[in-house]
Amino acid sequence: MTVVRALAAWLEHHPLTGLLVFFAVFPFIMPYHALSTQILTYGLFAMGFNLLYGYTGLLSFGHAAYFGLGAYGTGLALARLGLGSPLVALGLGIVTAAAGAAIIGFLCMRRRGVYFGLLTLAFAQLLYFIVYHMGDITGGEDGLRGFPSLVVRLPGGSIPLDSPLSFYYFVLVVVALALIGLKRVLDSPFGSVLQAIRENGDRCLACGYDVKNVKILAFVFSGVLAGLAGGLNAMHLRIVPVDTLYWTTSGTVLLMTLVGGGSTFFGPFVGASVYLALESLLALVTESWQLIMGGIFVGCVVFLPRGILGWLSDRLVARSPGA
Amino acid sequence: MDILRTEGLWRTFDGIQAVAGVDFAVARGELRSIIGPNGAGKTTFFRLISGEMRPSRGRIWFNGGEITGLPQQKVARLGIVKSHQITSIFPHLTVRENVRVAAQAAKTTYNFWSKKESLRDVAERAERALGAVGLVDRRGRLAAHLSHGEKRHLEIGIALATEPALLLLDEPTAGMSPEETDATMRLITEIAQGRTVILVEHNMKIVMKISQRITVFHQGQVLAEGSPDEVRANERVQQVYLGEQ
Repeated sequence: MTVVRALAAWLEHHPLTGLLVFFAVFPFIMPYHALSTQILTYGLFAMGFNLLYGYTGLLSFGHAAYFGLGAYGTGLALARLGLGSPLVALGLGIVTAAAGAAIIGFLCMRRRGVYFGLLTLAFAQLLYFIVYHMGDITGGEDGLRGFPSLVVRLPGGSIPLDSPLSFYYFVLVVVALALIGLKRVLDSPFGSVLQAIRENGDRCLACGYDVKNVKILAFVFSGVLAGLAGGLNAMHLRIVPVDTLYWTTSGTVLLMTLVGGGSTFFGPFVGASVYLALESLLALVTESWQLIMGGIFVGCVVFLPRGILGWLSDRLVARSPGA
Repeated sequence: MDILRTEGLWRTFDGIQAVAGVDFAVARGELRSIIGPNGAGKTTFFRLISGEMRPSRGRIWFNGGEITGLPQQKVARLGIVKSHQITSIFPHLTVRENVRVAAQAAKTTYNFWSKKESLRDVAERAERALGAVGLVDRRGRLAAHLSHGEKRHLEIGIALATEPALLLLDEPTAGMSPEETDATMRLITEIAQGRTVILVEHNMKIVMKISQRITVFHQGQVLAEGSPDEVRANERVQQVYLGEQ
């Protein structure tokens, strides 16, 4: 117990170092390296989703669209345009996702509540069918294939990303930078407006905020992170399955966020980790793993309404003598 | 000089005239009250001025410029801000964050990179608003955990934090205990120093005591206007309004 407590105290003072050390050894404590990479990309996806859901209070049922646009944008740049640089390809994926988010966000913002959610879903499905039927470019049903081997060229030299481990560390750096950016935006004046809109949009209007524009921008930021995650996932899988754009992807990211806790910064990341780890464990044991997963999620939503991390942080606050 | 002026302001809902041809003007620095029976059009009139609602007919000028038909957020940025009859706060933010986010409105919406606490003028404005409504010692609480009276004061504090040139107070004492009402009356007198305030209020004691001038609404029109004494002595006002009580 004392070891645990000492560790907790140390972590409280060095949270960033703790995280760095943890993620440096992360692939070695996972059953296989690829799972750790998947957790990073889906963790980023869920945190991008949560910028909109947990922080701005907008529930999108169509986040597969931005994840998919990022994946196809990155994938097309690498597999079709023959771009050699993974970073430029990711950049193109981000731009594609951001443009999609701006357009779809603008159109969905005309409706509120359930209708808003249904519109986000409808646009994502529309995109799915477009990509499905444009097989000449996108690979259609077979998915987008033909990824070259990836090498990151830096001024000091070049790093091949062929091995799962080197790719993991590449993804780790990209995701860490993205999350630092996300944290920065959430702590900025803009970030505080997002939370105020979640709490009371009408009052924000009354204070002089252009609520609609802010929401569309939140959509774009969220789309950028989802698109980056999609691009990384495409590089990871070396294929973009057309299912990436299917509504089940939107459902998965929502589940991850709810399980981990949308009211906390890292909650969605925790949710993504738990989801993917359980999936890989249960799929080994039984074919009906989705049934067990479903039960676990129902339990989570019923008994941990603030998610795993929300519940943990509530416990910590209740225990600390200061509160 | 008039800070606000309306000319022939109308608003109809499905054939019902809520506001029917109101010519109205308030001088800079004035504390004006609008009274009238329920359904007289006071709240609708406020909504027309604040931009929440477009007038069916008529025009509105503020600070010499026309604001007719501008959306609420633009009117707010020009300096007309309303505190609501039904408490409208940010429940799961701290009391301080409630006023801070109002204080930063418009000017720093699209600042994505600064730390929000590094904006010193915003922080100062938030502190002033907290001080004005007497919630300094509640700053760290969640707004949802305040008492009813405190929430009503926070409601005003959010409006104050935007530092409006014209503050519209819609029934600030709604649902308050007599003690809370007295405190609110003192609060309104204080914040009216160096600011134009229009007050819609049902509590006659407050209205008669603190207003410089009073406008009486009846059936969507201005029935009378004058100093508290003049309004009290007005026979038509007594008939339609004061006589009821």
